[in-house]
Amino acid sequence: MDKTLFDKIWEAHVVKSLQDGPDVLYVDRHLIHEVTSPQAFSALREKGMKVFRPQRTFATCDHNTPTQDQDKPISDPASAQAVDTLARNTMENGITFFPLGDPGNGIVHVIGPEQGIVLCGQTVVCGDSHTATHGAFGNIAFGIGTSEVEMVFATQCLMQNKPRQARITVDGRLAPDVTPKDVILYIISKLGTGGCTGCFVEYAGEVFRNMSMEGRMTVCNMSIEMGAKGGLVAPDDTTFEYMKGRRFAPSEEEFARMVPQWRKLKTDDDAVFDVEHTFDAADIRPMATYGTNPGMGMAVDGVIPSEAVGCDSASFDKALAYMDFRSGERLVGKKIDYVFLGSCTNGRIEDFRAFASAVKGRRKAPEVTAWLVPGSKQVEAMIEAEGIGDVLREAGFELRQPGCSACLAMNADKIPQGKYCVSTSNRNFEGRQGYGARTILAGPLVAAEAAVNGYIDIWKK
Amino acid sequence: MEKITTIKSAAVLVPIANIDTDQIIPARFLKTTSREGFGEKLFYDWRYEADGTPKQGCILDGQSGSILVAGHNFGCGSSREHAAWAVHDAGFRAVISSEFADIFRGNALNNSVLPVQVSEAFLESLTAALKADPEMEVCVDLVSRTVSAEGVGSETFPIVGYKRECLMKGYSDIDYLLSDVAAILDYESKH
Repeated sequence: MDKTLFDKIWEAHVVKSLQDGPDVLYVDRHLIHEVTSPQAFSALREKGMKVFRPQRTFATCDHNTPTQDQDKPISDPASAQAVDTLARNTMENGITFFPLGDPGNGIVHVIGPEQGIVLCGQTVVCGDSHTATHGAFGNIAFGIGTSEVEMVFATQCLMQNKPRQARITVDGRLAPDVTPKDVILYIISKLGTGGCTGCFVEYAGEVFRNMSMEGRMTVCNMSIEMGAKGGLVAPDDTTFEYMKGRRFAPSEEEFARMVPQWRKLKTDDDAVFDVEHTFDAADIRPMATYGTNPGMGMAVDGVIPSEAVGCDSASFDKALAYMDFRSGERLVGKKIDYVFLGSCTNGRIEDFRAFASAVKGRRKAPEVTAWLVPGSKQVEAMIEAEGIGDVLREAGFELRQPGCSACLAMNADKIPQGKYCVSTSNRNFEGRQGYGARTILAGPLVAAEAAVNGYIDIWKK
Repeated sequence: MEKITTIKSAAVLVPIANIDTDQIIPARFLKTTSREGFGEKLFYDWRYEADGTPKQGCILDGQSGSILVAGHNFGCGSSREHAAWAVHDAGFRAVISSEFADIFRGNALNNSVLPVQVSEAFLESLTAALKADPEMEVCVDLVSRTVSAEGVGSETFPIVGYKRECLMKGYSDIDYLLSDVAAILDYESKH
């Protein structure tokens, strides 16, 4: 029988199957950070156990870390304790850890691929819902809870029911001002914030085949924002080219041996999906959100609608009231206060290149506070090496140090109550970026335009 | 793990769609390295102003019970298990909704909180009945996999047989996994 890419990877990782129950699934790569791991380490310690396969486990600190003065001790005692606890736990268990300031440090979903930790055809988990990012390399990658982190620590396995499968196909050519972020925001706006709940998604078609790895990661990253546990793209030459020579990637010889195996990682022609969605690239415009979930998105030059998929009218009204927006209004021209470029969604080099290309030779609006936060130390280094740092500084922007930052405001980077932030991150939930903060999700070009104008506008270049 | 069989209780009604885990437990409370004390932080920003004073007219005011009834797609967003810990610590043993986000569903099941998925029609009737009589008792029975309330009727809810047994007997996945490490070693030797 013809199989999907997902089937092939899943079946290769089943240790055993339970009757009327889940499969025991083997985990190839376990990524951890300081927020969702400490309770799992404690539980393991109480059982008198150590991590079963530490060489398959990699750790970074990212959520609690400051984006300034990283060479100094973390000033928030609770954040400092969380980071110190991770350092101690990883040392006790022999786990590779990228501490603050290390050249390998950064957001977990940026460094995983960047360091060559994540390959193709693997199962990848992390106590973090944006683990779906790693599906960009043709992996089954998904977020787990802390109890499951403990299970992987103890046994390198998880008990999982095989999810339903959906395929999202986008064919055609994207307009030059449409970024991968716009593509995924568009898809989520059509399917709703819970539109793919219970499913794993394969992204197929011309648009994803022509997309860079950074773009595919942006798309897969936000799979969870339509309820999908994960999303994946079949690996191809673009994938192999990205992976080759990275720090933890296989040696040149071994890599060459693995490529033919990885090429088999694709959905067979007659494989059947539970759900199919098809979109036309020509319909996709630069996007922005107007509400309080990622499904409440619209073309940036459009009009705020009066309903959203999967959202009843009372919940819709509550969201608009929170944003202080009204149906029928335009987003273009709305004054904004903050711009955040970064996160595991848009904190990669390509995002900084795009942002810099839009602000080059222009000036940041003086009333806008802009936080430009690279996703990793490596991205930070590339920004400077490519001269992007200079372009940004000449335009009045300041670069911060890597971390999750204002995406979820666990560190000091909080958007004040009632203020509007155009954010390249993944969630516009109430209070996500700080108590009472109002988030407008967008891609790097829309964010750049807002930063220069002080209000939302279409990309003018 | 705490056992669950039957839960009979008044219900707390939060008829809002797409309640994400940032609403259930805001990120700034996730800095602690313990599992304790999250109950008082449940829905914190809906209950309190920025300065910590209680919000007037909060949706949760005056409600109590060990069953939470929420709108469609409960628990979407972040994978933080702290959300399930908060729901459990606040005294809830079941959440009723017409859909649950996958990761929250798994986290709830691993923490003795039963996700009870009902049809849109049942949820609508139950919501209307609870608005009319906030004291009304709701019954969730894991043994027969049914949820019922007087005047609303009853409905069967889905749960994987293995998980049902785990909850009824108080077993957890990690106990199961550790009981057959030989299978894992065997898998590793072949791959």
